[in-house]
Amino acid sequence: MAYSGLTVPIIVMSVFWGVVGGVVPWFIPKGPNRGVINTMLVTCAVCCYLFWLIAILSQLNPLFGPQLKNETVWYLYYHWS
Amino acid sequence: MALIFQSEEMCLVQLFFQSESGYCCISELGELGLVQFKDLNPGTTAFQRKFIKEVRRCEEMERILFALLFFLPDPLQSVIEKVDKDLKEINSSHEALKRNLTELLEMKYLLQMIQDFFEETPIDLPDRLTFSSHSLTPSSLSSLCRFVAGVIKQERFPAFERVLWRVCRGNFFLRHSEIQARFEDPVATVEILKKEVFIIFLQGEQFKGKIGKICEGFGLTASHSKALNHCFICDHVILVFFSPKVLNQTNEHRHNVLTSAAVNIQNWKTKVKKMKAIYHTLNLCSIDITQKLVIAEIWCPVSDLSEIHSALIKGSEKSGSSLHPVLHRIESQQTPPTFNRTTSFTSSFQTIIDSYGVGDYQEINPAPFTIITFPFLFAVMFGDCGHGLIMTLFATWMILQEGHFKRLKNELSDTLFSGRYILLLMGLFSVYTGLIYNDCFSKSLSIFASAWNVRAMFQPTGPWTNHTVHSSVTLQLDPVSPGVFSGSPYPFGIDPIWNLSSNKLTFLNSYKMKMSVIFGVVHMLFGIMLSLGNYIHFREPRNILLQFVPEVTFMLALFGYLVFLIIFKWCAVPSSASRRAPSILLHFINMMMFSYPESSDSFLYGSQKRVQIFLVVTALLMVPWMLLVKPLIILKEQKKEQRSTKELVSWQKKRNSESIQHLEVNMGDVFVHQAIHTIEYCLGCVSNTASYLRLWALSLAHAELSEVLWKMVPHVALSARAYLGSLMLTVIFAIFAILTVTILLIMEGLSAFLHALRLHCKFAGVPVTLFAEFSPEMSQ
Repeated sequence: MAYSGLTVPIIVMSVFWGVVGGVVPWFIPKGPNRGVINTMLVTCAVCCYLFWLIAILSQLNPLFGPQLKNETVWYLYYHWS
Repeated sequence: MALIFQSEEMCLVQLFFQSESGYCCISELGELGLVQFKDLNPGTTAFQRKFIKEVRRCEEMERILFALLFFLPDPLQSVIEKVDKDLKEINSSHEALKRNLTELLEMKYLLQMIQDFFEETPIDLPDRLTFSSHSLTPSSLSSLCRFVAGVIKQERFPAFERVLWRVCRGNFFLRHSEIQARFEDPVATVEILKKEVFIIFLQGEQFKGKIGKICEGFGLTASHSKALNHCFICDHVILVFFSPKVLNQTNEHRHNVLTSAAVNIQNWKTKVKKMKAIYHTLNLCSIDITQKLVIAEIWCPVSDLSEIHSALIKGSEKSGSSLHPVLHRIESQQTPPTFNRTTSFTSSFQTIIDSYGVGDYQEINPAPFTIITFPFLFAVMFGDCGHGLIMTLFATWMILQEGHFKRLKNELSDTLFSGRYILLLMGLFSVYTGLIYNDCFSKSLSIFASAWNVRAMFQPTGPWTNHTVHSSVTLQLDPVSPGVFSGSPYPFGIDPIWNLSSNKLTFLNSYKMKMSVIFGVVHMLFGIMLSLGNYIHFREPRNILLQFVPEVTFMLALFGYLVFLIIFKWCAVPSSASRRAPSILLHFINMMMFSYPESSDSFLYGSQKRVQIFLVVTALLMVPWMLLVKPLIILKEQKKEQRSTKELVSWQKKRNSESIQHLEVNMGDVFVHQAIHTIEYCLGCVSNTASYLRLWALSLAHAELSEVLWKMVPHVALSARAYLGSLMLTVIFAIFAILTVTILLIMEGLSAFLHALRLHCKFAGVPVTLFAEFSPEMSQ
């Protein structure tokens, strides 16, 4: 699906991992494992969000483009519009 | 209860219970598995312990059980001993019967042979033995001369014959024949012997004596003529027929005893092991003078005190004593052992952390964070969602088949099974990182539209024409040309166009290296934050100021700034400036060497020079702060103490002079310790940051292996033009699957696991005593 803009994915991902790391821990039922589960949720949210953020930031301002074979160029010309 | 951020709070408890209920109480405590016994008789040797007799008894039982197991394909002491005695009797009677049978069989063959011989047609004897020329029947022969008959091993027969010939000078007649049946050697049951029956005719009493001696020398039982007659034959035959039956029955009886023992043997083994453990523990307790009271000291978690108390009451009730045991918590100056309570999920991660070194008592336990960071770092190195999916499915299958796996006692499957939760998390994270790297069995998924547009490179927006495409084999897209790069990057992960390009590695290497450095710095900062937590818990504000602050400042000033540079360059340097884009590596090196070029053109931002100089100087100032300030403060404090104690009376002075000496030695230690810590930290910062580059290295290796496998294996079949290609594809897919599992999953998986383990080294603490709970079942 075509889309445009940088803001949509940033908002979606930030909200998603923000919910996972910041909101869900409040809803874990009190029990012996609450501490462990909350730690896991927060650590997971931080790691995964950071990983995604690095991937998108590195492609924000590309300093060079992909080098394609001429056959690939023809294929992409017709199939990726 | 299970706050596993710190090890559990432990307390020292004294137990008093009656000697009679001692065994039952300790067995109940053993079932609980929550206490560690302190040795109250450290001075005594093993032989002086009170319960050494019982321990010996248990060891004797274990020995019998072990011997029993040897005979098997796999209440206690009296039952076991009875079985042992029975078995011994059966074995010895079995041996005796076999020996008898062998003898009787030999006799039978002997008699048969002699009978045959006597019923034969008359034979021609050599003239020397007869006084008349007519032939003699064997019966008349027997009246003339004596004969000796017996059975000998076939291999010794030639030697026997030779000796006979030499002794009797040929004045004898020997007849022999092989026994058709095979005999078992009663001593070594594997050998099967061949035996010969022989009969010697001779004249004169002297020869009989000599031959008798020869037979004795060869170890044979020889029978003489007088003893042989037909009735004897019958008797012997009957006995020979009965013996096998008796033997069979003996065998059956033995089999029955063994099978009934086999049913119980595993139970007995467990029981005996438990008993031995309980008696060892009783040896650790001290018995008071009246011999009625047993005193034990245990370490146990505070939260489990009530459970332990109820277990002790249960134990004393089981042994029928009226007095309940007494629990008495005492204060102790000793550091308690470290105990981290784990569930079946968290135990595998705790084991990984413990392998580096157990934390101090009540230090922050890094295990709960490791539950996520370890699989995550693995996944960064593994990064393929197809392989990750296979790993997840395999781990899920193992978790669902828990019951089946627990029964399997294979060493390899045990190791694999105990790590099933780790595998599950590793697989799940690998799927995520695989989606971000856009790598699925080395192919990219194009979930969203790519941010790069080839059409825009053609006329009129771009420089290409049909002619350019025809003339050059490779063409590079230019992000500066309008429309080629859409301006907003691929929303989730790496753009799929990079998979189709030939300079993919140039882009990916830069991305992955920077990613590794960022994650390295973040992980290390997190480790330092944990140490802050320790300082706060143990209430050492001095350490916060003297160690934590300089450490964090040093790290942030240098490597935090590096991370800032990376992110700034990503965000702020536009594609149009690509020709003069500054190289972060060069800038960082120049920063450390304080060398700045004349033109301010290549800076990333305006005040870069001033900021960088400030940061480097700050970092360099942190080094003496870490190195010198803490030892100097300790020195000053001790000098103050020294001065105040010098005003005391002489006998106190004497005592303090010893302690002053002690303090001086400590000062040297303190300086050295601090120097080591500083050097280790500073150099460690640099080397550890670099070592995180293995995240890049391994993910590159995995991606390349994956791509090569694809190109060499399925690609061949998929690009085949004949109809045979579909058949080839089936075969080749099998090869592809096998190679994927063995090379990419198992080999790469183990390699990434190892490296992720190595990266978690920084959470290692000083090894201290781990809580060794008393639980006899654990040793199974």
